[in-house]
Amino acid sequence: MMGQRWPVMLFALVMTAIPFVPHMPPFWIVLSDNIGLSALVAMGLVLLTGVGGLTSFGQAAFCGFGAYTTAVLTTTYGLSPWLTLPLSLLVSGLFAVALGLITVRLSGHYLPLGTIAWGLGLFYLFSKLEFLGRNDGISRIPPLMIGSLKMISPDTIYFAIWTAVILCAWLTMNLLDSRTGRAIRALRRGHIAAEAFGINPPQAKLLVFIYAAVLAGLSGWLYAHFQRAVNPTPFGIQTGIEYLFVAVIGGAGYVWGGVLGAAIVVILKEFLQGYLPLLFHGEGQLETIVFGMMLVLLLQLAPGGVWPWLTARFPRGPGRKPARSSSVLPVRKKFAPIDDVVLQVDHASKRFGGLIAVNDVSFDVGTREIVALIGPNGAGKSTTFNLITGILPVSSGTISALGKVLHRTTPQEVTKLGVARTFQHVKLVADMTVLENVAIGAHLRGKAGALASLFRLDRGDEARLLAEAARQIERVGLAAQAHMLAGSLSLGQQRIVEIARALCADPVLLLLDEPAAGLRHLEKQRLAALLRELRDSGMSVLLVEHDMGFVMNLADRVIVLDFGTKIAEGTPEVIKTNPDVIRAYLGAVA
Amino acid sequence: MNTTIVLFLLQDGITNGAIYALLGLALVLVFAVTRVILIPQGEFVTYGALTYATLASGQVPGTARLAVAMGALAFGLDLFMHRRRLRPAWVGRSLALNVLLPVAILALTLALADRQTPIAVDIALSLSIVGSIGLYLYRIAFAPIAHTSVLVLLIAAVGCHLALQGIGLVFFGAEGQRGPPLSTAAFTIDPLRFTGQSIAVYAVTLALIAGLWLLFSFTLYGKALRATAVNRLGARLVGIRTALSGQIAFLLAAVIGAISGILIVPITTLYYDTGFLIGLKGFVAAIIGGLVSYPLTAIAALLVGIVEAFSSFYASNFKEVIVFALIIPVLLLRSLATPAADEEKD
Repeated sequence: MMGQRWPVMLFALVMTAIPFVPHMPPFWIVLSDNIGLSALVAMGLVLLTGVGGLTSFGQAAFCGFGAYTTAVLTTTYGLSPWLTLPLSLLVSGLFAVALGLITVRLSGHYLPLGTIAWGLGLFYLFSKLEFLGRNDGISRIPPLMIGSLKMISPDTIYFAIWTAVILCAWLTMNLLDSRTGRAIRALRRGHIAAEAFGINPPQAKLLVFIYAAVLAGLSGWLYAHFQRAVNPTPFGIQTGIEYLFVAVIGGAGYVWGGVLGAAIVVILKEFLQGYLPLLFHGEGQLETIVFGMMLVLLLQLAPGGVWPWLTARFPRGPGRKPARSSSVLPVRKKFAPIDDVVLQVDHASKRFGGLIAVNDVSFDVGTREIVALIGPNGAGKSTTFNLITGILPVSSGTISALGKVLHRTTPQEVTKLGVARTFQHVKLVADMTVLENVAIGAHLRGKAGALASLFRLDRGDEARLLAEAARQIERVGLAAQAHMLAGSLSLGQQRIVEIARALCADPVLLLLDEPAAGLRHLEKQRLAALLRELRDSGMSVLLVEHDMGFVMNLADRVIVLDFGTKIAEGTPEVIKTNPDVIRAYLGAVA
Repeated sequence: MNTTIVLFLLQDGITNGAIYALLGLALVLVFAVTRVILIPQGEFVTYGALTYATLASGQVPGTARLAVAMGALAFGLDLFMHRRRLRPAWVGRSLALNVLLPVAILALTLALADRQTPIAVDIALSLSIVGSIGLYLYRIAFAPIAHTSVLVLLIAAVGCHLALQGIGLVFFGAEGQRGPPLSTAAFTIDPLRFTGQSIAVYAVTLALIAGLWLLFSFTLYGKALRATAVNRLGARLVGIRTALSGQIAFLLAAVIGAISGILIVPITTLYYDTGFLIGLKGFVAAIIGGLVSYPLTAIAALLVGIVEAFSSFYASNFKEVIVFALIIPVLLLRSLATPAADEEKD
């Protein structure tokens, strides 16, 4: 998908050549202009919906902000269109910040519903405000000009539109193929895993929200100077729905899917508007009927869209070149453990209403130590993990890691301290490669921001992150799978990938939630060897595990929880013969 | 501010709010059972209203034919899905539900259309036509993707809305219609005048809310619907046919939508696309109710109606802007109280 530059060049070349084709009907040029305008918005939606998982029905409103900004400024105040370009983008962006702040925190279906609500509200606002010309809109907008060349005809503004499309496609692909891009792509997998590696989900969501809005604003700006008049109709919820349709039909996860979808929809609409009335000699919006039906049909037959279907038909080139292993990430500055204690849980309790999930539990994890937390189902092991990693606050008691008391500490801050974890239910991004997934673990160790990645100024940082990821993958023995999609691995291997991802954070303390579940015997032995090696290199490991054989052979110390209470602690030999433990596990009367 | 005006606006707002409450309840019902956010709810309103108005004017509404076409499609889908294990009894049942039923309704409509039938007959016909459309809509558009995410279902719902609205234009034309009132009685409690129609709106709303409550609390079907809402797989494992639950939910929603349409079409002129906006206001109420709470939704709907009435009096230009902006503080509240534990569902 990425790193292949020549298809983009070829595409740019073809698009440049189109207006010069002899006898090209002007009709097709107008269509291409419309495709380009639509593709810009769809590209934003690809990032927002397909990649980030945030569905917006309100993108047309952002086109409206872009279009009306330039319309007002160029007609009422006589500004040059080129001057209003940054202003249009700025206005779209600012409204995106305002709307995004209230919208992106919404979970699940509230988000699309929220966008419908403000999409409708803004449409009515456009059509009622005096200075925007109410329902009539604003006309006599000046054309774009370069020197003395006025871009009035469709085949001159064509170049402006398609330059914008190709430039934005390039920027979007750059953004996706970066540290920020991985953070965005991780959003769809839920916020807990993202937060555990220092990603700030609301911030990442707001970023894509603004980015999509700015692309829509750019499309609106171009539209205003292309039509040279604006009115509220094209910025309503209907158009917003259509943009989403464009992205879905093209393939919502793919930048070029947005362009392809725009082409399909614009051409189809033109065709339907032209021919349907002839076929059915009826009145009105026959094309919307067909449109709606096709949308439903498409979701039933090919929810992935046309682009992935198309690319699956072509042989894939080799994936990206392996990361240069010479680039090295600087080792993180670590907090020195106090008195050789890495983690101290002191009388910690967690209550959910009347249920006491963790009851007055105390234990330590020392340096270079493997501690196992065992207990029957519902004993409070995973809750203890969630307390340590800052996902849940303790009800009473204290937990401190590396000498710092974790009070109202966010998961991101816990990770920064040097505590990294894996999950009982694997949380990898299935359609990202193993390498990219593991690189998310190093998120906090990179610096490059969104702007740097847009313009490809992040390559040094990026190479170091990927090299570190490759090193950790090799360490856990999955080098052969590094460029495979994470979703294609077996569950056991995915657990190992999670360990590599945690290692990428350069932790002092590794928390593993049932790492051996789903592993075969040999894999378990390899995992045990790896954990011992990590311990010997100075790391501490706290693991929850059900496989007694695995735990007893590996752990230096075992802590047993039952119904939220610690019932035993000691070396494996002591635990094996402890009557309380036997009773808890076997229910036998000792 | 004048008390008479306030009372008048309140009355107007409550009448509209009652309609929004009905739609909001239907939306909550459908979402709870099928996870579909029913954007086409507004089309049920329009179809109900305009079918009723068309019948009352002595013509045959196109929706009766649409029901036959959709039923045939649903039957075809049924046959196709079960092509490897076709049992005669099952085919017969599907045929009866999807083909014979709408054909019978169409035949009845054709037979009765140009006679002077009482209003009750027109209403019954309209409800059965729109109800069957709702039934088949679920079978055709949503049952095949019932297992997918809320998002996919939402986009499909938008597709249905587009198609149904376009079809509405073909059937009913661009001109608005009004239907005959249910009752022409009226009385005055100074300074307010109550028409029989508005009383009917209140009565029907209350009756439907009570009916839904009874259905969900005391009947096995209602409990099955709730079980489907909580856990599809679990419901299937204990023998509830979740596809049936979905169809029942859509049937109820379509009937409720059609009732709302029939209630308002004597009060305001309805166009083929009016339903969408009315449905969306029911929607605002449903969202305020969190898409789960029936009483909260009903209260929110009254609030929406009242806010709308007052803003149409004081800032009529920005009526819609204000109504849809109502949602923003609610969304804000919800975003401040972000639930942390919605994770394992994806």
